[in-house]
Amino acid sequence: MKIRSILLNLAVALIALIVLFPLVWMASVSFMPTGEAATFPPPLVPSRWTLEHYQDLFLNQGMGRYLWNSFALATLATLLALSFTVPAGYAFAKLKFAGRERLFQFLVAALVVPAQIGTLPLFLMLKGMGLVNTYAGALVPWLASIFGLFLVRQYALSIPDEMLEAARIDGASEGQIFRRIVLPTLQPIIVTLGLFVFLGSWNDFLWPLIILTDQSNYTLPVALAALSREHVQDVELMMAGAVVTVAPVLILFLALQRYYIRGMLAGSVKG
Amino acid sequence: MTVADPAIPAVRRSRGPAARERAAWAFVAPAMIAIGLFFALPVIAALLLSLTDFDIYALANLDNLRFVGLQNYERLMTNPLFWGAMKNTLTFAVLGVPLSIAASLAAAVILNARVVKWRPIWRVMFFAPYVTTLVATAVVWRYLLHTRYGVINWGLESIGLPAVDWLGQPSTSIPAILMFVVWKIFGYNMLIFLAVLQTVPDDLYEAARIDGAGPWKQFRHVTLPAIAPTMLLVSIISVASFFQLFAEPYVMTQGGPAQSTVTVLYFMYEEGFKWWNLGSASAVAFVLFLCILAITLVQLAVAKRVGAYQ
Repeated sequence: MKIRSILLNLAVALIALIVLFPLVWMASVSFMPTGEAATFPPPLVPSRWTLEHYQDLFLNQGMGRYLWNSFALATLATLLALSFTVPAGYAFAKLKFAGRERLFQFLVAALVVPAQIGTLPLFLMLKGMGLVNTYAGALVPWLASIFGLFLVRQYALSIPDEMLEAARIDGASEGQIFRRIVLPTLQPIIVTLGLFVFLGSWNDFLWPLIILTDQSNYTLPVALAALSREHVQDVELMMAGAVVTVAPVLILFLALQRYYIRGMLAGSVKG
Repeated sequence: MTVADPAIPAVRRSRGPAARERAAWAFVAPAMIAIGLFFALPVIAALLLSLTDFDIYALANLDNLRFVGLQNYERLMTNPLFWGAMKNTLTFAVLGVPLSIAASLAAAVILNARVVKWRPIWRVMFFAPYVTTLVATAVVWRYLLHTRYGVINWGLESIGLPAVDWLGQPSTSIPAILMFVVWKIFGYNMLIFLAVLQTVPDDLYEAARIDGAGPWKQFRHVTLPAIAPTMLLVSIISVASFFQLFAEPYVMTQGGPAQSTVTVLYFMYEEGFKWWNLGSASAVAFVLFLCILAITLVQLAVAKRVGAYQ
């Protein structure tokens, strides 16, 4: 028994090392003086700690602009996605309307269609509307989140009908019921979905790469990919860029991990 | 209560089923319009677009657009670059799905043991790579895999093994990218497996132990049957996600060396947005969709068969 316990704890420590090493190495190298990471054996700790790469990124490479683009887009995507999917998810769960079952079946079927298929026509559509290279163009896919709608619906099913019925008898309108009763009840799943959308938008690559053609509109991942093609040799600079890109989402996740993991399990291990 | 009784049904009727139906539509309409306009319509348009010769000339002037029937598909079937992309994607999926599921399962079984300390902390930590920005961590791994200065080769050399030109030769480029992908995603399925494992009653393990079953037999006869349905679900989702690899080769290898990491989605991106052959690129998108659909249906059929046995 003692041996088994030691072995298992050792295995966990080994996995932890593999998981953490790339992230810690990234942070450590970002503080190294230029060229230090390209030596053998690879140094693990900076010989001299420096912030020069962060300075370079923000002063010369326009990192501030990309950071702002990513932040603004992720925030707007979150607000828009929530205001589109939360009422719809609730209505699918709790309100009866003609065609509900048929619409729902359509949405279930649509789940198997990867969104990438429509990428090219969507690009042409937005080009026709003059939305290429705009925030609006980058935000469009987040409005049509079937997954988000399902997540909210699943959670809203647990709202007791008696509660809604009692409010109706008291004379509350459907809008009032939604605002005063449904929204507060759905609060945990709203935080979860908001977190999903924010992280999803922040980390998204293919769509912003296509739709944001001008450098001044780049998000962090797009800018980082472009930068890494230009500055292959500047390991320390690239690591500083990676830290700026990863740190905000990692911190956000760690702060709200309870909501994230609960929502993730609700979405995938449904009964 | 002071209101006269006949008034109550009147109020109720004015807010009755009709009003509720109208409210429901007001709640549903914005999302439905968005899904119709920005999801359903583009998907249908992609099918039509794949039957045209939409290219950079049509982009400039729609008069240059012609209906070409299945020509795009015919041309793809004879394009060695497309078949290369299909082969690479399949290799990614065939190696990546079992590898990532095995890693997830191993981590879940280890973390499920009661003797392991600080389990909640490990759970979150092992999941953390999943939420990191793919492009950023791909850049990090490109340097970890560097032939001369990379930490991975340094590790190999320090235990006496030869250095490997991970991303520089076709034979190791896919395994190298897979190392990164597994590192990034194993935490996701690990959490799902853990959730299921926690529903397995301890008595079952206790009984197996009393019957003299070792750790391997306990895994085979208690753990595996408990998680089999979940494993099928997870593998379906994993196949679909491995078929959609794009940013990894884009950042780490740019499809190289010698086209060895060009995936179907990468091929579609280049065809569409580098060469502006939007018609042909849409055909690629549809073939990709049909592949994912076919695999999903097969796995669901298998799942049903297995479910029927239980």
